[in-house]
Amino acid sequence: MRKSLSTRGFLPGFGMTMGYTIIYLSLLVLIPLSVLFLKASTMSWEQFIGTIMDTRVLASIRVSIMTSFFAACLNAVFGVLVAWVLVRYQFAGKRIIDGIVDLPFALPTAVGGIALTSIYAENGWIGQYLAEWGIKVAYTPIGIWVALTFIGLPFVVRTVQPVLQDWDLQMEEAAATLGATRWNTFWRVVLPHLLPAIITGFALAFARALGEYGSVVFISGNMPLKTEIVPLLIMTKLEQFDYAGATAIATVMLVISFVMLLIINYLQWKINKFDAAR
Amino acid sequence: MSIEVVNITKSYKSFTALKNVNLHIPEGELVALLGPSGSGKTTLLRLIAGLEQPQEGSILFHGEDNTNRDVRERQVGFVFQHYALFRHMNIFDNIAFGLSVRSRKTRPSKEEISEKVHSLLKLVQLEGLAHRYPSQLSGGQRQRVALARALAVEPKFLLLDEPFGALDTKVRQELRRWLRHLHGKLGLTILFVTHDQEEAMELADQVVVMNEGRVEQVGSPEEIYHHPANPFVYSFLGRVNLFHGRIQNGKIKLGEAEFETDWKDKAVEAPAVGYMRPHDVEISLRPSEGKSARSVQAVINHISLLGPIVRLDLKRLDTDEVFEAEMSRQRFLELNVEEQSIVNVTLHNVSIYVESQPLQTHPPALVPLQASV
Repeated sequence: MRKSLSTRGFLPGFGMTMGYTIIYLSLLVLIPLSVLFLKASTMSWEQFIGTIMDTRVLASIRVSIMTSFFAACLNAVFGVLVAWVLVRYQFAGKRIIDGIVDLPFALPTAVGGIALTSIYAENGWIGQYLAEWGIKVAYTPIGIWVALTFIGLPFVVRTVQPVLQDWDLQMEEAAATLGATRWNTFWRVVLPHLLPAIITGFALAFARALGEYGSVVFISGNMPLKTEIVPLLIMTKLEQFDYAGATAIATVMLVISFVMLLIINYLQWKINKFDAAR
Repeated sequence: MSIEVVNITKSYKSFTALKNVNLHIPEGELVALLGPSGSGKTTLLRLIAGLEQPQEGSILFHGEDNTNRDVRERQVGFVFQHYALFRHMNIFDNIAFGLSVRSRKTRPSKEEISEKVHSLLKLVQLEGLAHRYPSQLSGGQRQRVALARALAVEPKFLLLDEPFGALDTKVRQELRRWLRHLHGKLGLTILFVTHDQEEAMELADQVVVMNEGRVEQVGSPEEIYHHPANPFVYSFLGRVNLFHGRIQNGKIKLGEAEFETDWKDKAVEAPAVGYMRPHDVEISLRPSEGKSARSVQAVINHISLLGPIVRLDLKRLDTDEVFEAEMSRQRFLELNVEEQSIVNVTLHNVSIYVESQPLQTHPPALVPLQASV
């Protein structure tokens, strides 16, 4: 059914819209990225390996991926919670909370970074209490995690929200009449249904976090091997006029991001089987 | 298991869905809740299932009070109009759901569940579809899966909310027959909601006619069709003609037609309404002898040929009221009438309801009256 729709378009203008899509994507994405690969290929293989196998580079890749991953995980859990509260309950100030969710999108990330740093620093509002427990947030990977969670917050909320809005409450009622507890109903009926949306939100938050620069540089302290993220290292290389080195790291990052998105898309496809069958 | 509904009142913010409803549903019967939309029939069904809580009254299963019991513990099979199947589970898992969510102590073994599901698939005639997803099935198949899922937990009775409402006519016919058969086989108490009077008449042992949050009448299809308790039931159960008139000297006058009654209070004069079915309208070319008091003249406005029956739209010459008559095709051919011809009409089986005298604050109510015909 869906197949017959896509095989031969009965919608007019396929050629024209497809042409524009290709041109648009080429100008914005494909050409800049190809140039990146081209620039990187000016290095010899030994030089390339030498650049990326540098301990400082490897450490920064590790920091970037770990913090981005955990930030996306945290957002996946709490994003669902926020979306749930916003869709399922009526309360005063609901609109305001709904608006606040988008703030990390609208705010210049550097502003977010500075604000977070001042709050989570050892003498900051929250940082001073955490310091009593011996937890340091600012200038540690935890700080990067906090900043990346901040900038990734809207993604999961905004992908899960519409799915929850369209959710048929009767499925929950059906589960209840069959004797399922609330916990069972959420775990076995509601959550599997939200999973594709959660994964999409997760992938977006994760990808966004990998590329984030503005907010992290303020809170991370930028200590090599410890709290240095990949985008910062690329900036450093550029400031030292090591263009080839910068593009080499960028290429590796690009490949990693691409593979990650591919894996996530594969998972998505696996989970979506029940939908694809329609 | 019998169901007892005692004095149930349910209201939402500004709207009362049910007012003091009492109902007894005997064990093993197939009962229809029939009414127009907004009559409270679905609300009543949901209250029995425990999906809603009443403000007043109680619900008893086999004499045991279940009013405050949670849905999960009521052991009621509920089938939703739009199936509410779990889209991400295949048919097998959908049917097995009720069993597999049980706590470890009461959960049957994997083999037992599998056996149960397959026997249910056989019962609903969907063997071989266990690994399909709901989206791959037709509406009728989905509804049968929903039934199997509800039956899997061995409920005390089945509640069906407009079970065939979303299906096309042919599938609906098939499923009705099948549900009737299933009821005979399982002997389960089944209560279903419908707004389709034909469906209720065809399927049910007992029909509960509801309107505006009240039960209007309970009875067998035969009873409610031939002895409707009030004008609402009369007009809800099929096509109906309305004639307005008055009661005078113990006789009812509907235009030129006159009916004898056993109305005792001859002094009372009040407006009366006559209800009759289109198939009780007798049409002849010449005034028939003896019955002239119940005969009037009418002009044929329109003729609809509906296969085996023919429906005439007529207009009375005395009162200008329009009405319908239905007859067999054979009778129509014998009459050999056409549009605009004037015919003699004899009114049979008129049910007459008299607006009772307004008593102080009571709103006028319509009371049935025996018309000797």
